[in-house]
Amino acid sequence: MSNAWSIYVITLTTIMIVGCVWLLWYTSRPTDGSADETTGHVWDGDLREYNKPLPRWWLNLFYITIIFSIGYLIWYPGLGNFAGIGGWTSAKQHDEARDEAEARLAPIFARFETMPIEQIARDDDGLALGRSVFANNCATCHGSDARGAIGFPNLTSSRWQWGGDPETILTTILDGRHGIMPPFAAAIGDELAMTETAVYVQSLSGRRVSAEMAAAGKRRYDMICLACHGADGTGNPALGAPDLTDDDWVYGSSLEAIRYGILHGRQGQMPAHRDIIGPIRARLVAAWVWSLSNPPADGDNVAP
Amino acid sequence: MATAMAAETYNDKVVRQFAIATLVWGIVGMLVGVVIATQLYWPDFLGGISWLSYGRLRPLHTNAVIFAFGGSALFATSYWCVQRTSHARLFCDKLAAFTFWGWQAVIVAAVITLPLGITQSKEYAELEWPIDLLILAVWVSYAVVFFGTIVKRKIKHIYVANWFFGAYIITIAVLHIFNNIWIPAGLGKSYPVYSGAVDAMVQWWYGHNAVGFFLTAGFLGMMYYYVPKQVGRPIYSYRLSIVHFWALIAVYMWAGPHHLQYTALPDWVQSLGMVFSLILLAPSWGGAINGIMTLSGAWHRLRTDPILKFLIVSLSFYMMATFEGPMMSIKTVNALSHYTDWTIGHVHAGALGWVAMITIGAMYAMYPQVLGAPQMYSIKAIDLHFWLHTIGVLLYAAALWIAGVMQGLMWRATNDDGTLTYTFVESVAASYPYYMIRLIGGLFALAGMFIMAWNVWKTWAINRSLPAPTPVPAPASA
Repeated sequence: MSNAWSIYVITLTTIMIVGCVWLLWYTSRPTDGSADETTGHVWDGDLREYNKPLPRWWLNLFYITIIFSIGYLIWYPGLGNFAGIGGWTSAKQHDEARDEAEARLAPIFARFETMPIEQIARDDDGLALGRSVFANNCATCHGSDARGAIGFPNLTSSRWQWGGDPETILTTILDGRHGIMPPFAAAIGDELAMTETAVYVQSLSGRRVSAEMAAAGKRRYDMICLACHGADGTGNPALGAPDLTDDDWVYGSSLEAIRYGILHGRQGQMPAHRDIIGPIRARLVAAWVWSLSNPPADGDNVAP
Repeated sequence: MATAMAAETYNDKVVRQFAIATLVWGIVGMLVGVVIATQLYWPDFLGGISWLSYGRLRPLHTNAVIFAFGGSALFATSYWCVQRTSHARLFCDKLAAFTFWGWQAVIVAAVITLPLGITQSKEYAELEWPIDLLILAVWVSYAVVFFGTIVKRKIKHIYVANWFFGAYIITIAVLHIFNNIWIPAGLGKSYPVYSGAVDAMVQWWYGHNAVGFFLTAGFLGMMYYYVPKQVGRPIYSYRLSIVHFWALIAVYMWAGPHHLQYTALPDWVQSLGMVFSLILLAPSWGGAINGIMTLSGAWHRLRTDPILKFLIVSLSFYMMATFEGPMMSIKTVNALSHYTDWTIGHVHAGALGWVAMITIGAMYAMYPQVLGAPQMYSIKAIDLHFWLHTIGVLLYAAALWIAGVMQGLMWRATNDDGTLTYTFVESVAASYPYYMIRLIGGLFALAGMFIMAWNVWKTWAINRSLPAPTPVPAPASA
């Protein structure tokens, strides 16, 4: 803000506050005449006005709010570029609160910094922390039970788009993933061809479909889809291409959903969380997520 | 009679039209409110129909209750009041008729475009630019009719109610114009010229002063006419009128930033918004004191006159809401209350408690006169309406106060490891019982409106059973 604007703000604010004080002082002066007399004006037959003095408590309330406000504007920023003598800014308040919290929390997280993820997943404290981090950052998309939703993978099954070993899960969390299914409307052809291909995809997971349509669809699958999803339809974790033979469907298993995917493609984005939650919390949440599909065997849950 | 025929009469036709529109839009607006309250409890209610979804109907609810119901009431009462306190007929009958039909056209356009999803996405200023232009035309005409009548007044002193009506008319024009500076991109689409924090600030400068001038100053004008009229006693204090009028209209302008505490708005703007919101407490209460103290010496009237009950209880809700507002603008409190249902509870204590109740009271006082009947058909029904409405507001506001504070506390609760104790959806689940109580409160208020409609219908029937009315003789100049 330029000095001119700052002076403008200060002047206007001062005029407002001084104006209020003047108005109060002016109207609270005692006047001649009894308070039980009206001002003498009459409207619409019987509308009249007394001119009783301002209630004392009300007047004092007004003055108190003004005095408080003047004090506030001296201590806090408010009068243009004048930063206030308290030195407060909202950014500073945020940073102080964050630093305080980080200093307080550091000891809780320190021991997990180098602990292997499999080991964290067998540590009760580690799992509890991972679960909280998940609830705060991941549950929005993957659900508080981690079972996902349409467009957001289920993390509780042992099937993975990008691989399910602990270090891969950690990479997914830290750097994110971008799963792209390109649109194939042009390559596959007409409506019928698209439906046939979708029917064949449905048949891969063992569903009862029209054998004739599936056979027609297979020819197209073998020309186009197998490049990523594989000849047997089991997918390719390196590309994030889902296994089409299981019953886990990120975008739904209905014919419509599959057809839509072929026609328009899909864009699955898992945002990178490295800068959001940092490496230690990422390890903790990776351990918790991994533990969902790798529950400890009996007698295995004691940290070595 | 011959002399009366030649003399000037009041233009009560436009008042009657707006008074009936108030009733109709009150029912529509509150009905839509009840529908969206139902959707918050049963999200699938009316499910699947996009133009009946919550996001489309919510702006329809706010526009209908504020601008259709509240707006029609302000037109009706300001036209009634300015004629009788200026002792002059409304300036230019044709223009007055245009304000009625133009305003109804605006409302009908809102009822059509908002469910279709045509919106500027500015709260309380959702209507797209062609409708904005129509609003502007109506509003300028309104100003001409109102101030034209003031100019031709036959009594030197301008009555206090007209100060408030005048301030509201001028300020709403300014707010409407500056918040709706856009670049059109087709008939149903436009882009504001402001961006980022400036856009937010302009929007809340508008939004807060829509509350301050449309929902407060305008209705204080209503209060200053109908309270002393109904009580039959002089206004408590002329000098209190002066000090609270000037302080109110000057200070309200500064309070908008309290809607944007702890956002990207610069710290100094947030501070100014907060301190002027605090200074606003006393001027707000000044109006309520002037209204309630006008009753001093006639308190017993509250036992027998349900219209007066509406008027006085509305002032109590006004005091509650205008105490709550400054408190919520304090940053420490705002950090808890912002984004919670506490805000919605606060708004409804103001809108359903203050605005709707002063309106309903004023309308009950005015209906027999504009409908040509000696009094309302059923005084008992007014009393029943009063209790239904009061219970409804209390249920509504109390439920959302509790829900809001609970949400704020749940959102800020943290575990020992620094993570949040609750996920957002847990706070939604915990709010369900309160959403049900809110729905019941809304149903009470809506039921009251239906009773009012029945009562007005019956009152109109009295008129038809009476002999043809005689023209209103012009009053003597004071």
